[in-house]
Amino acid sequence: MAVTLDQTIAQKQHSFLSRLFSTQTFWVVIAVILACIFLSFATDAFATSKNLYNITRNITFVAIVALGMTFVIITGGIDLSVGSVLCLCSMVLAVTMHAGYSIEIGILATIITALVIGGFNGVLIAYLGFPPFVVTLGMLSIARSLAMVASNNTVVFQFGPDHDKLLALGGGAWVFGIANPVLYMIVLALITGFILRWTKFGRHIFAIGGNEHAATLTGVPVKQIKVAVYMISALSAGIAGIIQTGWLGAVTTNLGTGMELQVIAATVIGGANLAGGVGTAFGAIVGAALIEVIRNSLGLLGINAFWQGVFIGGAILMAVLFDRIRNFRRSD
Amino acid sequence: MRAATWNQAGGKAWGGYRLVAVLELTNISKHFGAIQAVNDVSLSIEPGQVVGLMGDNGAGKSTLVKMIAGNFHASHGTMRMDGKELILNKPAEARQHGIEIVHQDLALCNNLTAAANVYLGRELRRGVGPFRILDYAAMYKRAGQLFAELKSETRPRDLVKQMSGGQRQAVAIARTMLSQAKIVLMDEPTAAISVRQVAEVLNLIRHLRDQGIAVVLISHRMPDVFDVADRVIVMRRGRKVADKTIASSSPEEVTGLITGAIEQVS
Repeated sequence: MAVTLDQTIAQKQHSFLSRLFSTQTFWVVIAVILACIFLSFATDAFATSKNLYNITRNITFVAIVALGMTFVIITGGIDLSVGSVLCLCSMVLAVTMHAGYSIEIGILATIITALVIGGFNGVLIAYLGFPPFVVTLGMLSIARSLAMVASNNTVVFQFGPDHDKLLALGGGAWVFGIANPVLYMIVLALITGFILRWTKFGRHIFAIGGNEHAATLTGVPVKQIKVAVYMISALSAGIAGIIQTGWLGAVTTNLGTGMELQVIAATVIGGANLAGGVGTAFGAIVGAALIEVIRNSLGLLGINAFWQGVFIGGAILMAVLFDRIRNFRRSD
Repeated sequence: MRAATWNQAGGKAWGGYRLVAVLELTNISKHFGAIQAVNDVSLSIEPGQVVGLMGDNGAGKSTLVKMIAGNFHASHGTMRMDGKELILNKPAEARQHGIEIVHQDLALCNNLTAAANVYLGRELRRGVGPFRILDYAAMYKRAGQLFAELKSETRPRDLVKQMSGGQRQAVAIARTMLSQAKIVLMDEPTAAISVRQVAEVLNLIRHLRDQGIAVVLISHRMPDVFDVADRVIVMRRGRKVADKTIASSSPEEVTGLITGAIEQVS
């Protein structure tokens, strides 16, 4: 028995490699890389800087919202309202700026809107015990309706005195020709990863998803944290809305329709578990990337766009299938 | 370090003189509407003592324990800790006073490591002001030391998901040793685990006792109580019907007390 206490403390269950191979995220990364290699050879258009610029930028909107959704999903909840909240936030920004206010005030109003909606969802779920699915389904309807009310269901494409600033914010490429939204996504992903791994708040989010009852008994402020995660989710939708408005240069009331499903698909493909307790920031980005690469490649390969849903749905099932196979092996 | 002095003295080496009770209940009652759950119970628990609390379902054991844990207020009577009156409004206050509970379901998160579970709700952090991050190294180290103290093979970085019942108990018990616990309440710790693991858990209880911590063991299992406890308290229909040393009692007597075949012993 020459095992010292320090050795026991340092003892890890798996080596770095075996841990890497056992994560779903790793295999999705491999899938993305293989798809990219295949597409660079199979088509001339894929590996062009213009196409890569488009792909990376298209990933960001779903990815940013998926980062926020990751918090919610780790606690074992779900937020179906993100697509509509994104639309409402874009509309608040557009309407505020159209009325002649500066971009700072527009963004402030947008962020407050997002936080109020997230807080409303969170309070209903955490303090009144509503099921997350129902609350956010209701908000899905409410937020889109409010966006229509705010704009009288028109398209807003003039953003007042700071019009150009807003377009530069979302459409520019300030650093090394990388699209601005991509930079925002990277920064937000790093912040998300840091919070999940290194803060008490992040630790408690995982605890709630693992065993909410245990978290309550050990003194974790479960209710406050639940409200916070829905606020973060709505905030991420608001931020994506601001960026997307700047990129598109126009806001319509059908912006973000059906986006909640893409976002949830991205987080699940990236390894988050809808039952709670599992999820990473990197996974959310990788999941969003896989969806976008599939979409892009179908176009380039000349496959009818109607097939998109089949491939994306297939990717979701494949990703979860990997997870099931691993669990089967473990339970043997 | 208080714990160290207890250690040297050993669990039961107190001999001639009598200690101040760590916890003393006087004429405690609790009723829910017309239902009298606990009726005029007085008892005292001394440091380093293992007390088996037995009784049939509905005898008032859990209600009594929940009052000590700060979940319920007593309707009548007083609680004293180290001679001072103890009033608890919520479980967190009980914890501050050195009362720790090992819940029947252990309150563990399967998706977290052993160390993370030990520190759940009171994570260690380093850094200054708002820039404070989790101190993984310190938590792994202290958790590892606690498991070593408990003579458990549990490793701090292992996920609780993959642990045996005995190891899970060790994690839940290590949690109670983080702060200077004076009394640990254990709710049915041996109810759902294998025979070999039961022995492991009973050893964990002895380790707590050897550090001068009082343990209240709520259990249905007669052999466990007679194996590890110094005293047994039997409750029936809200009343305390027996409070005697293990040496002066027998499983037959306790069974009789639980079922009511024996009315009461002094």
